[in-house]
Amino acid sequence: MPQRLVVVGNGMAGARTVEEILARGGDFTITMFGDEPYGNYNRIMLSNLLAGVEDEAGIFLNDLGWYADNGITLHSGQRIVRVDRFSRHVYTEDGTATPYDKLIIATGSRAHVPPIPGLHRPGRGYHQGVFAFRTLDDTRNMIRYARDHERAVVIGGGLLGLEAARGLQSHLSHVTLVHSAGHLMNAQLPAAAGQILQSSVEQLGIEVVTGARTTEILGKNAVTGVKLADGRTIPCDVVVVAAGIRANSEVAETSGLVVERGIVVDDQMRAQDEPDIYAVGECVQHRGETYGLVAPLWEQASVLADHITGRNPDAAYHGSRVATKLKVAGVDVAAMGITEPQRDDDEVLTFTEPRKGVFKSVVIRDGRLVGATLVGDVRKVAFLMQAFDRGLALPEERAELMFDLGGPPAEVSPAEMADDEQVCNCNGVTKGTIAACVQGGCKTVNGVMDKTKAGKGCGTCKGLVAQIVEWAAGGEVEEDPAASWYVPGVPMPKPELMRAIREHRLTSVSQVFAKLTPGGDEDAKSKMGLASLLKMMWGAEYDDERDARFINDRVHANIQRDGTFSVVPQMKGGVTTPAQLKRIAEVAERHQVPMVKLTGGQRIDLLGVPKDRLPQIWADLDMPSGWAYGKSFRTVKTCVGSEFCRFGVGDSTALGIAIEERYQGIEGPGKMKLAVTGCPRNCAEAYVKDLGVVAIDGGKWEIYVGGAAGAHVRKGDLLATVGSADEVLTLTGRFLQYYRENANWLERTYAFVPRIGIDRVRAVVVEDSDGIAADLDAAIAASVAAYVDPWQERKVPATPGQFRTSLPLTVLS
Amino acid sequence: MIRLGDLSDIPLGEGRAYAVGDQQIAVFHLRDGSVRALSAVCPHRGGPLADGQIDLRVVVCPLHLTAFDLSTGCSTGDVPPLTVYAVRVDDDQLILEDLP
Repeated sequence: MPQRLVVVGNGMAGARTVEEILARGGDFTITMFGDEPYGNYNRIMLSNLLAGVEDEAGIFLNDLGWYADNGITLHSGQRIVRVDRFSRHVYTEDGTATPYDKLIIATGSRAHVPPIPGLHRPGRGYHQGVFAFRTLDDTRNMIRYARDHERAVVIGGGLLGLEAARGLQSHLSHVTLVHSAGHLMNAQLPAAAGQILQSSVEQLGIEVVTGARTTEILGKNAVTGVKLADGRTIPCDVVVVAAGIRANSEVAETSGLVVERGIVVDDQMRAQDEPDIYAVGECVQHRGETYGLVAPLWEQASVLADHITGRNPDAAYHGSRVATKLKVAGVDVAAMGITEPQRDDDEVLTFTEPRKGVFKSVVIRDGRLVGATLVGDVRKVAFLMQAFDRGLALPEERAELMFDLGGPPAEVSPAEMADDEQVCNCNGVTKGTIAACVQGGCKTVNGVMDKTKAGKGCGTCKGLVAQIVEWAAGGEVEEDPAASWYVPGVPMPKPELMRAIREHRLTSVSQVFAKLTPGGDEDAKSKMGLASLLKMMWGAEYDDERDARFINDRVHANIQRDGTFSVVPQMKGGVTTPAQLKRIAEVAERHQVPMVKLTGGQRIDLLGVPKDRLPQIWADLDMPSGWAYGKSFRTVKTCVGSEFCRFGVGDSTALGIAIEERYQGIEGPGKMKLAVTGCPRNCAEAYVKDLGVVAIDGGKWEIYVGGAAGAHVRKGDLLATVGSADEVLTLTGRFLQYYRENANWLERTYAFVPRIGIDRVRAVVVEDSDGIAADLDAAIAASVAAYVDPWQERKVPATPGQFRTSLPLTVLS
Repeated sequence: MIRLGDLSDIPLGEGRAYAVGDQQIAVFHLRDGSVRALSAVCPHRGGPLADGQIDLRVVVCPLHLTAFDLSTGCSTGDVPPLTVYAVRVDDDQLILEDLP
């Protein structure tokens, strides 16, 4: 025989808990008692009902039919006055006893009515014209009465009072809000936010009086006004009391349960020392907290249902981190956590724009969000709630917590995105696809990226993909240890890897695998990164295994979508000659090159060249490689500078050519694109290059690093201003070497420089704070000295079939 | 049984492509000395797999980095599998068994 479950209270908490129990197939005979004569309605919507934007039918959650359908006996309009814990019965006012095996108390809360003289009439309840704002009946009576009256005073400037004031405006012409604290919603908002909220509310036509304690309700037969402590009188004919709520815990208390501010419960929502009595909702005190919002109540109901049905007997409620987003009297308000700093090192950011009614503040402790308040503009609320709830890492640029600064889409909150919104624009992957992959059980960011290909194109969406995975996994995202490794196949971050390589003198990629991976396993996707690193570290001593190279580096050309290659000869600083142009034109004609194109790096690209034609084309061109295919130093873009331009203040072409001549083809963790521009007009786009040099008046040069104008756009940070071209050359080499030694594989300077911080980069590279400048200079000089033009590798192939086509047409017989 | 050429035609750790009948076949020379043969064209966007990088388990297409298992031909992502061909080395000769 199923156990008898009795639920005292038919409000949102009681009904929700029963729904959760039914959803888990709980086997109980359920009886519910509610002292209101209705089914179950959404109390939060009473303010909409008052404002006339919702009708009564719209606010019911479960009508009477629902109880019948689910075999629940509902006693509405019957108040339980006593629980006999020993005989396990509950008693109604008329003495009727109902037995239980398990009891859930969900009696909720009631309006707190402060002891103000004149509020009550002896023996007759409230004075004529005075209302509380708590139940459907309260609301109905208020509407009926307000229609025929003119001026209302609402006592209490919290959430409920504001809602009441706004709602009353639909029924009468004057509404005054009287609040005893210094600012509105003082429990949730800091003072500045309360003041902004006040002016927004005043603009809606509600008068607000703060710091005003009500001392008396005036009027003989009916209300005529309220009197304040400072002696002022506000005339009115309706008074609404909205001064907070108190837990309905009297029944529990008289029945011998432990009650403080609410019924004291443990983590299973069990009343203290009572194995079979539970309590849930606003009547409850858990770990010293009482809650007056709906979200914690849902969490409690779910835990209680898990526990009581045996679905998960150990389910535990740990308290709620309360984060709310509300429309208060027509104004958007969101609040979570603490409102003011509590410790000396708490970081606080505040933004106020009173004219627009906007207030924003966030409180950060140890890099985590511990509180936030938004009034008037809550666009960032979804992101903040996530960060608050899950303790996510916060953006370096703290302003991004409050504003959308533009830039890459990584700042959009996953919760706000539509399922069909495209996240990875390279591979056409939507948010829905990523979320489905996570729901399918893949809970690491890299795992999801591998499966969906999201983030596997240009890579700019990786941050957003990570956020969506985190969101979809509901905080259960698994740490991917590989995220910190230099390459996926060797379990070490770069500094540790470099130490191990030096210590064991590993000069080839296969030696690294043999020595440093578990089981000595090779990993195809790690080879290219390791080859680059070893070449940088060992120079001429590097044991160059050709299979460790990516195809581009095996044949010194960039592979195209059809398996053909592009050929870009070096054209230093983008300066060419008629003779060079003629030769290129002849070669293009002779080899019937399908497309000849000017590149963004100021060079000429011959596209669509079959692999087996590459050596002949290089021979015919007889020009050095432009390295348009490697993770390496690419080009130096220049403007005509002082030589011809009437604005130029420095010889940018000469300097650009000098830089390219010196650092051509140097390999690194990512591409290095440079520019030198002859004046701050920036025609060569030096502000958005990995390293950009800008001539300024007075014979000086500014050096910018960490710029980008690809999928990610970033203006470089000023590294130094120097007085000569020689210094530019030295600092360029030193910065590039510092980048080569410290950046992660495929980490471009636009990510590297902000990660290290420009101040630190400047300290090392310019001020030599670490005393390694000479080493960096020597290392880059060694790489420069070891440079060989790869297009000389055309007379004798480096490996058998180096240039043989990989999509053969000649059929073997 | 078709003789494709010498094993020494394929550098250690690389692949080379061969046309046999109407089929294009990529043969890989793994660093443990063994060989594998699979269809040469990536079913994703037609990439030349013989230009891909390999280890003892997979070949990675050079165009979009789709990885395929060298023994089964299955991709690790959502791309259809490659055809696997039986290939062996006999006296330093690469021998392709009959086409499937």
